Amino acid sequence: MNSTQALSRNTILDAVRANQPATQPMPTIPHFHTNKPADLVATFCQSVARMAGVVISEDVPNLDSFQRAKFPEAKVICSATPEYAGTIKPASLNHWSEASTIDVCIVRSPMGVAETGSVLLSDIELQVNTIAYLAHDLVVLLDPKQIVPNIHDVYEHPHFKLRPYSVLMTGPSGSGDIGAIVVHPAQGVKSLTVFLSPAPDAGQRTG
Amino acid sequence: MSRPVEQAKNAETFLADTVHEERLDKLLWAARMRRDAAARQVPEWEELRTLASEIKEHTLSNLSDYLTQFEARATANGVTVHWARDAHEHNQIVHDILAEQEINLLIKSKSMLTEECDLRPFLERRGIRVTETDLGERIQQLDNQPPAHITGPAIHKTNHDVAILFSQKYGSDPNNEDIAYLAGVMRENTRPDILAARAGMTGANFVVAETGAIVVATNEGNADLAANTPELHICSVGIEKIIPTMESLAVFIRLLARSATGDTITQYTSTFRGPRKGAAMHVILVDNGRSARLGMKRFWHSLKCIRCAACMNTCPVYRRSGGLSYGSTYTGPIGIITMPTFEIRKYSVLPFSSTLNGSCTNVCPVKIDIHEQIYGWREVMEENGQIQVVKKEAMRVADKVLSHPALYQVATATLSTALEVLPHFAVYNRLNVWGKHRDLPQAGTETFHEWYRTHRPKTNEEVGQA
Repeated sequence: MNSTQALSRNTILDAVRANQPATQPMPTIPHFHTNKPADLVATFCQSVARMAGVVISEDVPNLDSFQRAKFPEAKVICSATPEYAGTIKPASLNHWSEASTIDVCIVRSPMGVAETGSVLLSDIELQVNTIAYLAHDLVVLLDPKQIVPNIHDVYEHPHFKLRPYSVLMTGPSGSGDIGAIVVHPAQGVKSLTVFLSPAPDAGQRTG
Repeated sequence: MSRPVEQAKNAETFLADTVHEERLDKLLWAARMRRDAAARQVPEWEELRTLASEIKEHTLSNLSDYLTQFEARATANGVTVHWARDAHEHNQIVHDILAEQEINLLIKSKSMLTEECDLRPFLERRGIRVTETDLGERIQQLDNQPPAHITGPAIHKTNHDVAILFSQKYGSDPNNEDIAYLAGVMRENTRPDILAARAGMTGANFVVAETGAIVVATNEGNADLAANTPELHICSVGIEKIIPTMESLAVFIRLLARSATGDTITQYTSTFRGPRKGAAMHVILVDNGRSARLGMKRFWHSLKCIRCAACMNTCPVYRRSGGLSYGSTYTGPIGIITMPTFEIRKYSVLPFSSTLNGSCTNVCPVKIDIHEQIYGWREVMEENGQIQVVKKEAMRVADKVLSHPALYQVATATLSTALEVLPHFAVYNRLNVWGKHRDLPQAGTETFHEWYRTHRPKTNEEVGQA
């Protein structure tokens, strides 16, 4: 830290110390599980739909036929999960901006949230963070047993203490900036599809 | 020293245009209704508000410790932490980081702090082009206007306004007012900058001391694009945004989107703890008057603000004036109680742009006593000699009348008659700002005192029998 920065830092901290009010206690924060939904999966599905996402329940998703039906013109399929081959892997990208060539991105999430319909992703699952933003469409695999009741629960996931980047993603990119009417996409992905399928054992592959 | 902003006068232009005024009023009230519907879905809503308020009060009263904790954790994560005493120092730091890498294009996501610091013109004068990636911010940037609302910067503009603007700046179809089309035009024209930029800037909704992380919530994912695409990520954040832990973050995330738009959460709620491999991350902690505000006994609670704009959406003055009439970075109720700390004379009239109805206080997710602070600022303006002559006269007369019961009763009886009989110009004149753009309500046939004497018991003993 140079001397100007040291001066700024000390000036600010001195002013804060001099002015901060008498200390007030930190409250205890409950998880509010007395109000948690009875059916986590059904609540999760409703929450995703409210944010213009789609949920498909399939034990072993046939991603090939899904992709051919929903994204027939997609040429570049980037799979960040060993469960699906795709046409490219994130490791083949030399710069984060190269993810803009991706038509469909497929990734597995370690946790979903019933309250909001969010799926958790981090740099570990994505490998290259931009694949879930610069791609045209996003497909997320999620084990329904890994859906937790609410936001208090998901923030206990170790990713938030360990990973440089984590995101709670809820539906596709949207904006209500014109006339307060939400349209999709805005700057990010056009669609978000969540496949509810159990996390496979190591080495198992789908279509 | 600036002349005081005359919010009511500025609002006249907006009010004269009934199309924009009625539309904004409706849109924002609808947002207020959506907020209420979302809150009703959460049985523990009031408990969350109390928790949020207490967490912020605890943090602000221990701010120096949490700031140093954040600095230590973030630095250990590989983040370079900077400290900026004021807006100029902040802008200089940003410029120096970019200049060191010879960067001349910066993409950024929405940050009210950077608006407060007037960052864009500072960088542009020094040869650095800045592209806003948030749809509303970009509209305002192209139109050379500041943001009019904290969460929807261009919410005051109609589809038609945007279609014309985009046709002028992007060559798109001026007759196509479809919102999806317009969003697509913006996306197409912004994507090249996102891919080419070597630096991206974000603000932060929250700063987590425990993990050294910054948290950003967007609908578009543009903060994630700005932070993850280029090799350099700069985050600017006010020192008051700190919260202690990830556990406490959950309380705020459950309140933020519901208060702002009525959704349970924004599409992207992202946590940045450190740089990507091969990239750099900088966090600039900005004071710019916040440490001073922390010492204001009556006003430090305004630092709890999480920038949801629920207060603006409910405020009858804001809804009918539009944000630009305030002439300030922060507008509406939260603007009224914070802007005077930046420049007391310039914003001396803002505390009078309020009916003191208190609905802002009712909807504030962190329980800031907004309307009471607005009143407090009126007292400060009086003490500091900042109140205009007109207001002073009107208030002196009101004080005389209100403190003399006999005078009051004569005045109210007379007023009802006066309202019926006096010609229009005597009622609607310079002293009556209220009447300028509203018709006064019909006066009743009797005063409240007359009604009370007729309908209510005369003595306390009779109360139980009424």
